[in-house]
Amino acid sequence: MAEWTEEITHVAGTDLAIIKGGTGKPLLILHEELGHPGWLSYHQALAKDRTLIIPIQPGFGKSPRVEIIRNFHELGLFYSWVLRDLDLAPIDVIGFSTGGWTAAEMAVANAKQFRKMVLVAPPGIKAPEGDIMDVFAVTIGTQLNATVYNADATPEFRKLYGGERTPEQFEAFEDARTETARIAWDPILHNPSLPYFLQGVKGLPTQLVWGKNDAVVPVSACGAYQTALKNTDVKASVFDDCGHRPEIEKPEAFLKLIREFLA
Amino acid sequence: MHIMYFTERPYRDVPEDEVIKNRSFFGVPNTFYDAQVGARLYNEYLDEDVYAEEVGFDAIMLNEHHGNPFCMGAVMNVEAAILARITKKARIVLLGNPLPVVKNPVRLAEELAEIDLISKGRLVPGWVRGAGSEQIFNQANPAYNREYFNEAHDLVIACWTKPGPFRWEGKHFNFRYVNPWALPYQKPRPPIWIPGVISAETVVWCAQHKYPYIGLGTALQSTVELWSLYQKTAADEGYVAGSENFGYLQQIHLADTEEEAQEQGRAALFGGGAANFSRPEHTLPPGYNSKEATRRLARQATDYGFLGITSEKLKEQREDVGSSKEKSDTRERLRKGQVSIEEAKRKIYANYQKAQDGLQIIIGTPKTVIPKLKLILEVLHPGVLGLFQAQGPLTTQQRMNSIRLMGQEVLPAVREIAKGLGIRDPFEREPGSRPYTHGTSYEAIVDLEALKRAPKRDESVRV
Repeated sequence: MAEWTEEITHVAGTDLAIIKGGTGKPLLILHEELGHPGWLSYHQALAKDRTLIIPIQPGFGKSPRVEIIRNFHELGLFYSWVLRDLDLAPIDVIGFSTGGWTAAEMAVANAKQFRKMVLVAPPGIKAPEGDIMDVFAVTIGTQLNATVYNADATPEFRKLYGGERTPEQFEAFEDARTETARIAWDPILHNPSLPYFLQGVKGLPTQLVWGKNDAVVPVSACGAYQTALKNTDVKASVFDDCGHRPEIEKPEAFLKLIREFLA
Repeated sequence: MHIMYFTERPYRDVPEDEVIKNRSFFGVPNTFYDAQVGARLYNEYLDEDVYAEEVGFDAIMLNEHHGNPFCMGAVMNVEAAILARITKKARIVLLGNPLPVVKNPVRLAEELAEIDLISKGRLVPGWVRGAGSEQIFNQANPAYNREYFNEAHDLVIACWTKPGPFRWEGKHFNFRYVNPWALPYQKPRPPIWIPGVISAETVVWCAQHKYPYIGLGTALQSTVELWSLYQKTAADEGYVAGSENFGYLQQIHLADTEEEAQEQGRAALFGGGAANFSRPEHTLPPGYNSKEATRRLARQATDYGFLGITSEKLKEQREDVGSSKEKSDTRERLRKGQVSIEEAKRKIYANYQKAQDGLQIIIGTPKTVIPKLKLILEVLHPGVLGLFQAQGPLTTQQRMNSIRLMGQEVLPAVREIAKGLGIRDPFEREPGSRPYTHGTSYEAIVDLEALKRAPKRDESVRV
């Protein structure tokens, strides 16, 4: 039996591709700016006792672009509507990179739609030290290489991106980059009002996860999130020798942390 | 035949090693900019334009690029405004204002109207999407490039043709009170021409608007295909497109002797030429190309656009993952320090003869240059011909001499050839003025027999 399925559902006024897999209590996963990376070992591990629900962001893969969404705040409103339509709230959420930013915007709109929230190296807040990488002014190759601290020590990175990409894969990345540029070109991958509104988030246990050597979103942004989320229960875990993808760079420690937090 | 003089107004003192080290002109740090040099060159280029008018050119063509020593025309409308006053009868052709990077199209409409007024109706504005690097430089979202272009275009036209005051509420632009107090001298508005490289979308859009399409040094074979597409679209729109709907720009350099010309003409390859206009990541930012264009590029072996928009660059975009992968491309190997600057230079200049063989550049005396231009005219029948003064570190005297030879010998010969071919320019025959009856045949603008005589361009040679 296949470990996961992908279905198109009409929800929140549009068709939305949703990947589902696993058994147990639902767990929402919001993917990153290059799209859903495929069913990786961390998905497999989490799916043992959770039903993973992974919506494919509008404009990515099989989900058509929703033209009216012009920024990540509006994307957050869109996904809040999705949760209402699917009657999924309150739900645990893990957001990776821009998926984390989206989750933060959703928490701002309504913190009660989540039970617990995990944000993995999200942009969205301007980093106090260092710049969020301008992923739109580099090649896809440069962007991918920058996501991990040590590609040679990250087997799953090699498996995913080590070879020459087919035109189809290239187009999928290009679509993803285009959609992210469309809604986060200016200001560069952040929302100046997000830190202010995050202060209004209460009663939502939050776990921040970061790599100390993150070259995409500097680890200083972790502190900024922590400060902004001061009115809720927030914890931060920073991994050494780790870049922007703790989930594949430090898979065991990452899974342990997530399991304990979501328990 | 309408003949334009064009130069990119290169910042000729930029160190070539810096361009090569940077692997493109765009992105060379402006710490290499010397205001004394800039001041001298801006004035020299204006002098060149005045001289070009004197020797018989019908028009001065300007263009615009940002943050780039390849072209000093960062604010082309300023130069155009000066030309409006210091030239007498030449048309001022702007190819073009990069609409997607203009944050205020109403102000653009005002600027252009003032230029048209000061010149007493000699302005030919044109629009471009802007190179990829222009989007980066101007913080213009590339994913909205086509939408910005279309809406800014419609707004400028409305400024010129719709009685004010009116309100504009679009997707990207909102203006509460549009009532410009400078309207174009030419009625109902100035003629509009559009330059292009390889975008079929642009060709179709031009044909739908009856805007003449100016091919920027595109390979003859692909130009033939694009112009045929224009003609077909025009027929669908109910008019016959002829030579008045087309123009072609050719890079060229002349000297008194063949030997001198060959020695000087190498300058056209300086720093890698237009192929090194910008690096892959700046050439094709995400969303800059339509989904269809990206798909086409991703599957094509080779293709070439004037500012180095190539499928090769797209390929580079997708290939350089992982630290151990071997690369054969010079640009990549230069980045990794596997190739020296000297070696990269040798590779650039090794293509000099091939670039001439493929007509990417035409170098010589009037005697050797005219037959090559004749062939281009025979294949394409353009109503407008732009002669693009070669790039690179030519001296002022060499450039002026080249302009003199163009005016004294090339222009009269080209006019004669054009006459023999029955070529009409957009001022002799209004583009779109000839109705087309569906089901009838129309004369093809391109001559496929002549194309057989044209040399095949080596697409691996980038100038």
